[in-house]
Amino acid sequence: MSIPQHLKYTKEHEWISVEGDVATVGITAFAAESLGDIVFVQLPAVGEKVAAGEVFGEVESTKSVSELYAPLSGEVVEVNDAVTETPELINSDPFDQGWLLKVRTDDVPELLDAAAYAALTQEG
Amino acid sequence: MSKESPLYGVHKGLGALFTDFAGWSMPVRYSSELAEHKAVREAAGLFDLSHMAEIEVTGPQAADVLDYAFVGNLSAVKVGRARYTMICNAEGGVLDDLVVYRLADEKFLVVANAGNADVVAAALAERVAGFDAVVTNKSEDVALIAVQGPRAVDILSAVTDADLAELKYYASVPAVVKGHDVLLARTGYTGEDGFELYVAAAEAPAVWQLLTEAGAPHGLLPAGLACRDTLRLEAGMPLYGNELSLELSPFEAGLGRVVKFEKPNDFVGKAALEQLAKADVPRVRVGLKGTGRRAPRHGYKLLADGVEVGEVTSGALSPTLGHPIAMAYVDRAHTAPGTQLSVDIRGKIEPVEVVEIPFYQRG
Repeated sequence: MSIPQHLKYTKEHEWISVEGDVATVGITAFAAESLGDIVFVQLPAVGEKVAAGEVFGEVESTKSVSELYAPLSGEVVEVNDAVTETPELINSDPFDQGWLLKVRTDDVPELLDAAAYAALTQEG
Repeated sequence: MSKESPLYGVHKGLGALFTDFAGWSMPVRYSSELAEHKAVREAAGLFDLSHMAEIEVTGPQAADVLDYAFVGNLSAVKVGRARYTMICNAEGGVLDDLVVYRLADEKFLVVANAGNADVVAAALAERVAGFDAVVTNKSEDVALIAVQGPRAVDILSAVTDADLAELKYYASVPAVVKGHDVLLARTGYTGEDGFELYVAAAEAPAVWQLLTEAGAPHGLLPAGLACRDTLRLEAGMPLYGNELSLELSPFEAGLGRVVKFEKPNDFVGKAALEQLAKADVPRVRVGLKGTGRRAPRHGYKLLADGVEVGEVTSGALSPTLGHPIAMAYVDRAHTAPGTQLSVDIRGKIEPVEVVEIPFYQRG
């Protein structure tokens, strides 16, 4: 299972990449694989506020619906229209083309590094 | 601790993701459930269904036992043919839906859902009392492998000399697959042509391997329970626990045709079912078609003019059709095809239309 070294992670199986005050958020390959083929993604609109720990959207696979929890608080500055059009990008390329949204934040919480996240997925 | 199929090690080797299904650890998918679904519709899929229960009923009165225990007319089934039927309780509630194969004049194989295996075995053990017949639960010794899809016949013909052209839908024949004895049946739960192979548990890995090799040139993929569910949903086939339950009679499920009142003998549930057949059941099973990509799912409420008129029992974005489909129980007044209803998808109200079942029929 791929877990890129340069990203940060949450226990909810999301990845975060911070550049300046903008954080890009997606779900991990581990999450995508356990959900199965993703067929629908609901994301907030640009300009909406998300709050750390609260639901900001959902993903549906053929068999399940899962809520997405914001890993940090801030304002949505960009959403990935490609994944709402083509949700399978989340399965095929979760860490790059399958990104979900970019959030402007001045408060990046403490996140897991790749090694800590790898340990978490090993525990099952 | 979940039970493991005789093919558990094979699935591990294939990298399957497992799920607990009715107490069994079974493959939910091997790679992508959408790819597996497509393979079954366009080529073929290989399924392990060893969680299903196989119960043998033998003896001079085997047919009489089944006529008494089940709602169907099993004594009318010819040797080599199979029948879809149900077992009900005295109140007419469905204990399980079943496929029954007549293997000989005095020998039947009853195949029950894994989740109801104990219930069906216990009911049969009780209902056989007074009949000259024996009920034997063979589930532990029997594995079930299915090959489903338009190429299934090509794949089977490569591994068996059985006359497949002569083997009709809902028929079975003892066959040999490269030295392995199987019961070869032309049955399935996918809406495609296909076969189910009942085989001794110890020989299941070898038969699986032979079918995998024979299927490779035809695009056969191992297929898990996730795609089995979307395949059967598209085909409009009920799933016990969703469309069928103890609280529902066969009539509400739209499957009253399986209840054979005309058979000469009494059967368990007959009196109650006769009453239910005459009464107007409040809700019946319908098909629903949605728009967009969000599927109505099990338990979601259906509304007409803001008033609740039904509940979804199964639903998914149809991989073949590309739009959401669902089965639901709906008040009789709202069951005509073309009726517009709304479904509450986690607080968001989406339109759905009542449509005929099945959603998909093979060409």
